[in-house]
Amino acid sequence: MLRASNLREHDMTSPGDLELNRRDLMVAAAATAAVASAPSGAGAQPAAAAAVRAPSKATVSMMVNGEARRLVDLDTRTTLLDALRESLQMPGTKKGCDHGQCGACTVIVDGRRINSCLSLAVMHEGESVTTIEGLGTPDNLHAMQAAFVKHDGYQCGYCTPGQICSAVAVLDEIKAGVPSHVTADLTAASYDPTADEIRERMSGNICRCGAYSNIVDAMSEVAGRRA
Amino acid sequence: MKFDTPATTNPIDQLKVVGKPLDRVDGPLKVTGRAPYAYERHDVGAKPAVGYVLGAGIAKGRIQAMDLAAAKRAPGVLAIVTAENAGKLELGKFNTAKLLGGPDIDHYHQAIAVVVAETFEQARAAAGLIKVEYAPTQGAFDLASARDGAVVPKNANAPADTAVGDFGRAFAAAAVKLDESYTTPDHSHAMMEPHASMAAWEGDSLTVWTSNQMIAWAAGDIAKTLGMPNGKVRVISPYIGGGFGSKLFVRADAVIAALAAKAAGRPVKVALPRPLIANNTTHRPATIQRVRLGAGSDGKITAIGHETWSGNLPDGSPEEAVAQTRLLYAGANRMTATRLALLDLPEGNAMRAPGEAPGLMALEIAMDEMAEKLGMDPIEFRILNDTQVDPEDPKRPFSLRQLTECYRTGAEKFGWSARRARTGQVRDGRWLVGMGAASAFRNNLTMASGARVRLGSDGVVTVETDMTDIGTGSYTIIAQTAAEMMGVPLEKVVVRLGDSSFPASSGSGGQWGANSSTAGVYAACVKLREAVAGQLGFDAATAEFADGEVRGGGKSVPLGDAAKAREIMVEDKIEFDKEMTNSKQQSTFGAHFVEVGVDVATAEVRIRRMLAVCSAGRILNPKSARSQVIGAMVMGAGAALMEELAVDKTRGFFVNHDLAGYEVPVHADIPHQDVIFLDDTDPMSSPMKAKGVGELGICGVAAAIANAIYNASGARVRDYPVTLDKILDRLPEMG
Amino acid sequence: MKAFSFSRASTPAEAAASAQRIEGAKFVAGGTNLLDLMKLEIETPTHLIDVSKLKLDTIEATAEGGLRIGAMVRNTDLAADARVRKDYALLSRALLAGASGQLRNKATTAGNLLQRTRCPYFYDTNQPCNKRSPGSGCSAIGGFTRMLGVVGVSDACIATNPSDMAIAMRALDAVVETVSPEGATRAIPIAELHRLPGDTPHIETVLTPGELITAVTLPKPVGGKHVYRKVRDRASYAFALISVGAIVQPDGSGRVAVGGVAPKPWRVEAAEKEMVRGAKAVTDGLFAGANPTHENAFKLTLVQRTLDAVLTEARG
Repeated sequence: MLRASNLREHDMTSPGDLELNRRDLMVAAAATAAVASAPSGAGAQPAAAAAVRAPSKATVSMMVNGEARRLVDLDTRTTLLDALRESLQMPGTKKGCDHGQCGACTVIVDGRRINSCLSLAVMHEGESVTTIEGLGTPDNLHAMQAAFVKHDGYQCGYCTPGQICSAVAVLDEIKAGVPSHVTADLTAASYDPTADEIRERMSGNICRCGAYSNIVDAMSEVAGRRA
Repeated sequence: MKFDTPATTNPIDQLKVVGKPLDRVDGPLKVTGRAPYAYERHDVGAKPAVGYVLGAGIAKGRIQAMDLAAAKRAPGVLAIVTAENAGKLELGKFNTAKLLGGPDIDHYHQAIAVVVAETFEQARAAAGLIKVEYAPTQGAFDLASARDGAVVPKNANAPADTAVGDFGRAFAAAAVKLDESYTTPDHSHAMMEPHASMAAWEGDSLTVWTSNQMIAWAAGDIAKTLGMPNGKVRVISPYIGGGFGSKLFVRADAVIAALAAKAAGRPVKVALPRPLIANNTTHRPATIQRVRLGAGSDGKITAIGHETWSGNLPDGSPEEAVAQTRLLYAGANRMTATRLALLDLPEGNAMRAPGEAPGLMALEIAMDEMAEKLGMDPIEFRILNDTQVDPEDPKRPFSLRQLTECYRTGAEKFGWSARRARTGQVRDGRWLVGMGAASAFRNNLTMASGARVRLGSDGVVTVETDMTDIGTGSYTIIAQTAAEMMGVPLEKVVVRLGDSSFPASSGSGGQWGANSSTAGVYAACVKLREAVAGQLGFDAATAEFADGEVRGGGKSVPLGDAAKAREIMVEDKIEFDKEMTNSKQQSTFGAHFVEVGVDVATAEVRIRRMLAVCSAGRILNPKSARSQVIGAMVMGAGAALMEELAVDKTRGFFVNHDLAGYEVPVHADIPHQDVIFLDDTDPMSSPMKAKGVGELGICGVAAAIANAIYNASGARVRDYPVTLDKILDRLPEMG
Repeated sequence: MKAFSFSRASTPAEAAASAQRIEGAKFVAGGTNLLDLMKLEIETPTHLIDVSKLKLDTIEATAEGGLRIGAMVRNTDLAADARVRKDYALLSRALLAGASGQLRNKATTAGNLLQRTRCPYFYDTNQPCNKRSPGSGCSAIGGFTRMLGVVGVSDACIATNPSDMAIAMRALDAVVETVSPEGATRAIPIAELHRLPGDTPHIETVLTPGELITAVTLPKPVGGKHVYRKVRDRASYAFALISVGAIVQPDGSGRVAVGGVAPKPWRVEAAEKEMVRGAKAVTDGLFAGANPTHENAFKLTLVQRTLDAVLTEARG
């Protein structure tokens, strides 16, 4: 049972308390490696069988940030997003719209960025998922995360994990010669990470705080450093 | 601390930490996904059940019958709460419509039930099994048709009518006149984090983890709605995924999570589904505005009149779109009028710069039009009519007003002199290119704000206040303030925000948060300095706090030594003396410059360059303040070019109620943006000498874009958003 | 979202057979449209057959000199294929204009062809919609119609087909290959894949229950200059107000298909014969019998002006 008076919410929430945060996260991750839950409450009554379908369960195994994870008794309706956020208790990946309209849920699956809200967890059996938690940690930031901090490429922070996962994948896509809507020459062998290319390719990640100009600066810096 | 005389020199003026473009202290948590938002508090206890909200399927009428049988039997369902079993609910002080509707329905998607189940999937599926029979009634949904019935609003911040001089006579006699109407549509905040809350009861005490800009208001209104004593509700909201006014007030998620948790006998979390948000929550109301300007042939304004009409639910407030017109330009004869029509659309309420944002969308096109009539450069016309005193009360000066400097600085930086006065003159490939400018104006509001500061023996200063950081940078500027005051590096400050068990603050809204909340921290730190000095035997008035030490009288002691025996904890708040504050008009100013391209074939508009020059008091952190301004400019670009909640005038709802239908700007819409802050400290505003800047950036930018479109293409559009279908017929023939 | 059981198909024929055997079953591939609709209970399958791992993800040259695109080829891979970029640039361009990178990484060729309308009334289950709930009426007619169809629409439905890819495929005379539950294969010219709404807007294609798209075949390249112009309110990540896909030959003749205006990719062969006479002549033919609303009549002008610009660009 939850005891509101004993909650240690500050441990997780204050920027000055990074030490505690990391420790808590590691403990939480270990404790939830397997997620099991039998459906409680009444099952479907025969009379209502047509209207009320019993949940269907499945077991899914995937690599998440380099770690093998097994989701037991997973409701088939669970999206990859909710599997990450709820079942695995890794809420770094955000739910902004749940309908593929904002990009906050962007993760990288087998090297490609996708909207995790529009993908069923059961369809990712055996696949490898990278989330914002897997890119870097507060005291060991990924280059893109550090560039976002330096250029203030965020404000409220809610679209940020999706922006950063997308940003990392976008630079890889440009490097791999994948064209975009603004690419002038479709048959060119390679493309430069110009500001216009970055803006077009990042357009599936909405930032209502409007940090776009800063995000382009952050990505340009990382792209330049790599080049 | 009472702020009743203008600020003099104080420790903040050292500007060792304050005023520096420092990275946000919460940055590492945010960019790694470690900052926990309301729906994701796995860290605070047992696994909560999940509530899924069902919204009303009609705009107005009554629920005849609700069949919950199938939903109750659905797998995993723990409880269902409707108005029928929720018990008596009061209307919150800050709410217009009930947060749990039924049997009467006040607006589309008003919450009428919450289904609580073990999992999200189960709750959502069960909510789909509820069958509702409605008896719809006629409603009023169209502002244009309701306009004639509009009345003087009951609930408003400002007088419905203002008048100085004799507007009618002066306007009639003016050598050059403009009389035009403008419309702005309903806007959705569309913040990225949906409204979300988790509630847990312990006996008769309630804890709500939520996403809210105003913690004390939230705690008060949850208590009022549920009929509880104030002290029994604790609200925790350390990270907020965007607000823009949508989270100023308690919304359905918080109240419903509390009701659901009580019904289910365990903690429950609830997030509003995105397709519900536009109609379930609040929005910026649409306006119809009429602007009349009269001037002599010398360009001096002699008559300025602004009227506005908006709609709202019964007991709702108007959109006060005339606010800036009372203060922005000189002119001896003036009038404004604000009228409110009854509409049965969802509740209209504050969105970023309420009043000024839509008001300047109209006024600043009108100024552009008037300049053209006068044959003047639109910037020179504005500078000519600049004023250093309140135009309604010339004895009352502005505390600090640098509007002309904003224009002069910006014009030079932007290359305004290259602008062609005649429209449609500049072509770059397929693009017709034009420039536009507009004034930014937003009043500087101040709110009482409290904070608690603790000093530990390790020299760490901890600040606790219920202030919120909705992306504004509160964590960082509060840390900077405490570091400056106590003479410690930023790393030695811990900031804890967004908890109603902390001293009540200004909260985040109306761009009052940064100045007010840091002033509250300043006040608490003054007290802490006194306590420290007392403990260590220094003279508080002359002791120097620097480099982690307290110095004076030839000795120097580590700051933490003061807390060797035990932690020192003090609390104070800043209170603004109304008389002193009002003796001068405090406002913030800016000038927007925009260059657009208009596709000569399709009339698509693309912004090519944007610059804002701002005069907004001391800038506490130029990095995060700049982000606030560019972000507001993005939102203004949305208002100019695409944002509109489309009203179905028969069925009475916002049709495009998701993020695919309600388009907000994406990366590809926004060019590189420049911001210049003028050197500007305002001792009238607070000991921080800062003013608000978070809303200034949206003020005027949409009009600057509309003016640039006109300059590029010759299409003068007075109905926002300026979409291509409104320009197309006015472009040159093809082929 | 209603509960559903889930299985993975190992061959196309097996998938089709399962789909016929299990009542209420649906195929799922990228899921980017289906899951969206399932969350809103606009789609309520009882069973999902995962076809995403079928070996239908290659692009191969055909004996006729064209390309055979597997049904499961992702939009990203199709747009980036070197042969497509070189010889079918219209298709590449349409795909790249079609969605965000994240969506294109998941969305498949077959799924894109079968995506459903974005009409906001179709998306709101409180509102009558003949497509979603046959016979309930159309609430879009008389409602907010700015985004909706102007031609090919009916009194029962004025929704548009939102696909960009299908516009290019229509102009390229693509052929859709399918397998039936009985294992029979057939080839459907893309012009015949989508149906006009008439009185039955809920029936959107000529596919029969259980029939699975296995590939899309492009005839050998037709040369010419390929231009795809998508016109929208924001610069990216939005559905089209209108789009124009054109292939223009050096002699000024060519093909044109238009999106955002009709319930299916809109191409009128007789109209495009007028291409040498210019955009107006083509547009007049494209929109013969058009029935726009006050809010969306601008689409007619917009298509004409956009086509004009496209022809100018193509003739360079």
